[in-house]
Amino acid sequence: MTFNGWLQIAVFLLLILAVTKPLGAFIIRVFNREKTFLDPVLRPIEKLIYRTTGVDEEHEMAWTEYAVAMLLFSVVSMLLLYLVQRVQGFLPFNPQKLGAVTPSDLAFNTAASFTTNTNWQAYSGESTMSYFTQMAGLAYHNFVSAATGIALAIAFIRGIARRQMETIGNFWVDLVRCCLWVLLPFCVVGSLVLVSQGVVQNLRPYDKVTIVEPQQVPHLGTDGKPTLGTDGKPVMDTVTEQTIAQGPVASQEFIKEWGTNGGGFFNANSSHPFENPTPLSNLIEMFCIFAIGSALTYALGHMTGSPRHGWAIWGAMAALFLVGVTVAYWAEARGNPQMHGVDQHVSTVQPGGNMEGKEVRFGIANSALFATVTTDASCGAINGWHDSFTPLGGMVPMVNIMLSEVIFGGVGSGMYGMLVFVVLTVFIAGLMVGRTPEYLGKKIEAYEVKMAMLFALVFPLIVLLLAAVSSVKGFGTSSIANPGPHGLSEILYAFTSAAGNNGSAFGGLNANTPWYNTAIGFACLGGRFLMKIPMLAIAGSLAKKKFVPPSVGTFPVTTPLFSVLLIGVILILGALTFFPALSLGPILEHLLMNAGQAF
Amino acid sequence: MASKSKSRKSVWDPAIVRGAAIASVLKLNPRKMMGNPVMFVVEVGSVITTVLLLLHPHQAFRFNLQITFWLWFTVLFANFAEAMAEGRGKAQADTLRKARSETIANRLLDSGAVEKVPSSSLRTDDIVLVSAGEFIPGDGEIIDGIASVDESAITGESAPVIRESGGDRSAVTGGTRVLSDQIKVKITSNPGETFLDRMIALVEGAERQKTPNEIALNILLAGLTIVFLLAVVTLQPFAIYSGAPQTIFVLVSLLVCLIPTTIGGLLSAIGIAGMDRLVQHNVLAMSGRAVEAAGDVNTLLLDKTGTITLGNRQASRFIPAPGVSEAELADAAQLSSLADETPEGRSIVVLAKEKYNLRGRDLQEHNAEFVPFTAQTRMSGVNLNGFQIRKGAVDAIERYVKENSCVFPLEVKELVETVSRAGSTPLVVAEKNRGALGVIELKDIVKGGMNERFDQLRAMGIRTVMITGDNPLTAAAIAREAGVDDFLAQATPKDKMDLIRKEQADGRLVAMTGDGTNDAPALAQADVGVAMNSGTQAAKEAGNMVDLDSNPTKLIEIVGIGKQLLMTRGALTTFSIANDVAKYFAIIPAMFAATFPVLNALNIMRLKTPQSAILSAVIFNAVIIVTLIPLALRGIKYRPMGAAALLRRNLLIYGFGGIIAPFIGIKLIDIIITTAGLA
Repeated sequence: MTFNGWLQIAVFLLLILAVTKPLGAFIIRVFNREKTFLDPVLRPIEKLIYRTTGVDEEHEMAWTEYAVAMLLFSVVSMLLLYLVQRVQGFLPFNPQKLGAVTPSDLAFNTAASFTTNTNWQAYSGESTMSYFTQMAGLAYHNFVSAATGIALAIAFIRGIARRQMETIGNFWVDLVRCCLWVLLPFCVVGSLVLVSQGVVQNLRPYDKVTIVEPQQVPHLGTDGKPTLGTDGKPVMDTVTEQTIAQGPVASQEFIKEWGTNGGGFFNANSSHPFENPTPLSNLIEMFCIFAIGSALTYALGHMTGSPRHGWAIWGAMAALFLVGVTVAYWAEARGNPQMHGVDQHVSTVQPGGNMEGKEVRFGIANSALFATVTTDASCGAINGWHDSFTPLGGMVPMVNIMLSEVIFGGVGSGMYGMLVFVVLTVFIAGLMVGRTPEYLGKKIEAYEVKMAMLFALVFPLIVLLLAAVSSVKGFGTSSIANPGPHGLSEILYAFTSAAGNNGSAFGGLNANTPWYNTAIGFACLGGRFLMKIPMLAIAGSLAKKKFVPPSVGTFPVTTPLFSVLLIGVILILGALTFFPALSLGPILEHLLMNAGQAF
Repeated sequence: MASKSKSRKSVWDPAIVRGAAIASVLKLNPRKMMGNPVMFVVEVGSVITTVLLLLHPHQAFRFNLQITFWLWFTVLFANFAEAMAEGRGKAQADTLRKARSETIANRLLDSGAVEKVPSSSLRTDDIVLVSAGEFIPGDGEIIDGIASVDESAITGESAPVIRESGGDRSAVTGGTRVLSDQIKVKITSNPGETFLDRMIALVEGAERQKTPNEIALNILLAGLTIVFLLAVVTLQPFAIYSGAPQTIFVLVSLLVCLIPTTIGGLLSAIGIAGMDRLVQHNVLAMSGRAVEAAGDVNTLLLDKTGTITLGNRQASRFIPAPGVSEAELADAAQLSSLADETPEGRSIVVLAKEKYNLRGRDLQEHNAEFVPFTAQTRMSGVNLNGFQIRKGAVDAIERYVKENSCVFPLEVKELVETVSRAGSTPLVVAEKNRGALGVIELKDIVKGGMNERFDQLRAMGIRTVMITGDNPLTAAAIAREAGVDDFLAQATPKDKMDLIRKEQADGRLVAMTGDGTNDAPALAQADVGVAMNSGTQAAKEAGNMVDLDSNPTKLIEIVGIGKQLLMTRGALTTFSIANDVAKYFAIIPAMFAATFPVLNALNIMRLKTPQSAILSAVIFNAVIIVTLIPLALRGIKYRPMGAAALLRRNLLIYGFGGIIAPFIGIKLIDIIITTAGLA
C-alpha cells in the first residue's frame, strides 16, 4: 500500500462527500416538483409525455397501485428487450450483421438482468448485440431501471415523511421526472467528458487492422475447445488481422455508472480502453457509481425533517466502504505469498502486489477501489477481474454484495435496502430504551417487521438455495473453471451478484448455459421484485401512521452510536447468513493459499 | 405502600421451582410448542437426533448422545423459564382464590324480604345486604349506607377503608369483608366475571394474549430462524462439494446454536413477569397492551390534590401586621384554632408549637368559647377572657374589623396579596379590639421527592401536566414549586378531556389517574388510564388499569414497569443475536477442521477437539437460558435517563457483552468437559 494509493482513495471519498448535498438538494426539488433551472427545457417535454400517455400528474397512488404500476412497466419493458434481441437481425444499426441473440435462455437472461438493473452479462457485447439493441434495448433499460429504483426509494422516504396519508406518490411522474431531470442531463454532459478522455462514440462497422507480428493461436472447434491434430497436438492458426470493435460507447458508458447498471458495451467492461481509457475516466466512473446513492442520504434526511439522520446513515455507509476498500487494497497490495522470489514490491517500474487480472493504467489501489465501489453499490461494472484477486481481496466484493449492497448502494435500491436495515435496527435495539420501537416518529409494529423480514429473507433464500443446488449438481459444477474452494466462490458469487442485482461476474464460471442463464435470470427477477413489494408495503404502512413527536426518550437515530449500531446489525445479519458458505469458499481458499495451495 | 409490606418471593422459591420443573416437561407437547417458533424448531431438531441416535447407536454414540441430551435440555430450559414465571403468578392467584370462596348472600327481593342464596347464583343488578363481619358476595356498588371494609385480601393493606354510597368511593369488591355497619350493594358483575376472577386469570397468565410488540418480536425471531435454517440446510451441499459432509447431529447443533433460542426461550417469561411486577405493585392491568403503552407514555396528567400535594393545606408562616410581633400573632392564631378540628386548623396549632413552642392550652380552663365556622360569617375563632379572636378569609375579616370600628391596615391587604401571588392561601387573624393582627399563610405542601421524580420523568422524555381546580395564579406557583412541566388550572372534566385529545392529536400517548364517575370518559380516552380501586365502578371500567392501593402517584411506577418490560425484551434480543458470533467461531472450524486443518485458524478460542467445541457451544446455548431466568423475571436494571444514555449503556452491556460473554463461556465449558473426559 502506498501513500499515493491512499490519497487517491481519500480524494474519491471527499468528492462523494462534496456531491452529496448539492445533488441531494437537487433530487429533492425534482421529486417535490419544485422549480429547477432545467425546467424551461424539460417541463414541456414532461408535459408532452403525460399528454401522450394519458398520465394525470396530480394523481396520487397508494402503495399497492404504485407497486402494480411499477410491475406492469417492468414486465412490458422486459418483454420489449427480449423481442428486440430476438429480431435484431431485421432491425437497423447493425453494421456487423449480427443475428438474433441465441439461445433463447440467453435472451431471457439478458432481458431479466437489464430490467432489474443487474446487467449480468452472459454474452459478449461486441459479438452478440447490434448497435440498435445496445442503444434502444440495453441503454433504455439503463435509464428506466435506474429511474425505477430511485423512484421507489423516494416513495419509501415519502412513506416515512408523510403523516396519516394513504398515498406515496405517482410512479409514472416519479419515473419520468427521474429520467428527465436526474439522469438525462448529467448523462449528456458526462458522456461528452468521457469522449474527451478517449471513449469512442460512433456507429461504424468494426475496424480491421493488420497486426505487426503474426500470432499463432490454437484452432478452436465448434465445442469451444482446441482441435487436436492427428499427432495429438493442437492445430494452430496464424492470425494476422485484429478486429477492433466500435460503437456508441460513450453514451452508454456514463449511464452505466450513473445509474449503477454496470452492463458494459464490451465484454471487458470498464477494463476495456474504449470504455475506460484513463485514470481520470476511471475516477469519473467510480464517482458516478456512488454519486446518486450518496445524495439520496441527504434527500432522506431533509425530506424526513431530520438532516442529521441522513448524515448518520451516510457515516455508516462511508465506514463500511472504508473497511471494504482497506481489506481489498491490503490483500491485493500484499501480493501472492506463493510467488517466492518474485519481486512484488512497489517501485517506479511496477505497481507491485497482485497484478493478475488488473490493468496497469489503474494499478492496485484503483483496481481495489473500483472493485469495492462497484459492489458496495449494485453497479457491477468492473475494471479488473475479481476472479484474479487474492482470496480475501475477492471476498470483499462478494461480502459487499452479501450485505445487500447498502453501502451507498444501487441507485435507489441501496437507499431502500438500507432503510429496511434501519427499520430492523430500530426494532431490535429500539426496545432497549424502554419504548416500543419508533423510527422518525413512526411506530414500528408487527406489519413492518413482517415485511422487513420478508424483504431480508428473499436475498439469502435465492442465493443460498440456487448456489447449493449448483454446487452438487452436474449442470452446476460443469461450468466451474477452477476446482476446490475457488470453484465454490465462483458459483456463490454468480448467484450473489444476480440476486443482489449487481451484475459483476467473478469470472471463471461459464454462465452461458441453460441452467445458469435461467437460474440467474430468475435470481435477478426475484432479487429485485420480490424485495420491492414488501418494501413498498412498509412505505405504505408508514405513510398511514401518526407521527409521534420526538423527545429525549426517543430512540436516537442521529448519533454516531446509531451509525455504529446500524453497521453492527448489517454485519451481523449479513455475515451470519453467509459465514458458513464463505468459510468453505474464500476463507478456506485464503488459508490454503497461505499454507501453500492454490487453485 | 402495600407492595412493600408483601414479602416478595425469591426467584428460586423451592415450591415454584418444583412445579415449574414438572410443567416444563408437560409443555413439550408439540401443539403447545408451536406458539413459539424458535423453540419448536429446537424440539423438532431434538426429535430428529433422538430418532437417529436410536437407529444408529454405533456411530460416535457418546458425542451424539450428549448432543441430543443437551438439545432436549435447551427446550426444557425454555419451558422452565415460562413455567417459572407462570408459577410465580399462580402462587399469587392461590392467595386470591382463597378470598373467592363460596359465601352466602342476603339477596333483597322486590317485596323487601331477604332470601339467603349462594353467592354464585347472584346476577348483575341483584341487590344484597351485607352486615358487619360478612363477606361481600360479589363486585358491586353501594346504593345505601356506609361501612368500613377490610380489603386486605386484594390489596394486602391491613388498614380498613371506608366505602359509602354516592360519591366516588362507592365500589366494593367481592371477597372483601365488611367490618362495621350495614350496606346495601347492587351487584355489577356475574359470577366468573368478577374483579377477583379477572385478577386471578391475569396473574395466572391463563388469559394472557401476546401483546402487539411481543407479536412483532416473534415475527422477527421466526424470520431469523428461517434465515439460519436456510444457512444450515444449504451448508450441507457446500460441504458435500468441498468433500466434507456433516452428520445431522452437527448440523442440528449448528442450527440450534444460531437461532435466537435465548430470547425465544425467555420471551413469554419476560411478558408474564412484567404483568407480575405490576401485580406486586398492586396494580391490575386489564391487558398486556396497556403495560406496553405505559412504557410509551409521553404525557402524564396528574391531579394536584393527593398526587402532587398532600391532600390539605397547611399553615407555613405567620406574617404579622405592623406593630404586632410574630409571637403575638402566633399566640392568637393558636388560640383561635385550638378547637378547630379542620386539617388547616390543626396545622396552625402544629406550626405555633413548632415555631414558638406554644403548647396547647385547655380552653375550658380559660372559660373559652369556641366560635365555629359558618357559611354566613365565613370565619371561626374563640372568645375568652373578654378577647374575641377571629380568623378567616380576607373579606370576611375586613368586614368584622370594620364592624368593630377598627382600621384594616393597607399593609395587611398587601400581605394578603403577596401570599396569594405565591400560590398560598392567606388567612387573616384579627382581635376585636386591636383589629387585624396579621396573616397566616396556608400552603399546599408538595409531597416530598416529587421534584426529583419529575426530573427523572423529564430525563426520560415524559412531560407532566398538573390538573387542578385552583385559579391559574395559585396553580402556577404550585406547578413551579413541584417542578411539573405544565398545568391546567380551573380544570373541568371537559377541559381534561380536551387536553387528552389535543395531546393525542399531536401523536402523544397520555396516562392519567382518576376515581370519579366524571373521570370515566377521560380514563377511557387516555392511553393508560389508571382507576383507583376506591373509585366508582364506572371509573374502574373505563380505565385499563386499576390501582388497588388507590395511590395516584403509582402512575410513575407503572410507567417505569412498562419501560423495564420493553427494555428487558430488547436487551435479551440483542444479547441473543450477538451471541451467534462466538458460536460460529466455535462450530464452523470444528465442522471442517478434519478435512481442512487450515480452518483451525478460525478456532480462536482454541477449543480442544471438534467434538468438545460443538458440545461446548450447545451446552452454553442451553445453560445461558437458565442463567438468564432471574434477569428475565426481575427485569433488567432500570434507571430513569435519556434514551441516548440508556441505549449506550444497554448496548455496552447486552450488545458488546453479548459478543464477548459466549467466547468466555464456551471456552470455560470446553475446559470443564475436556477435563471431565466428556468429549
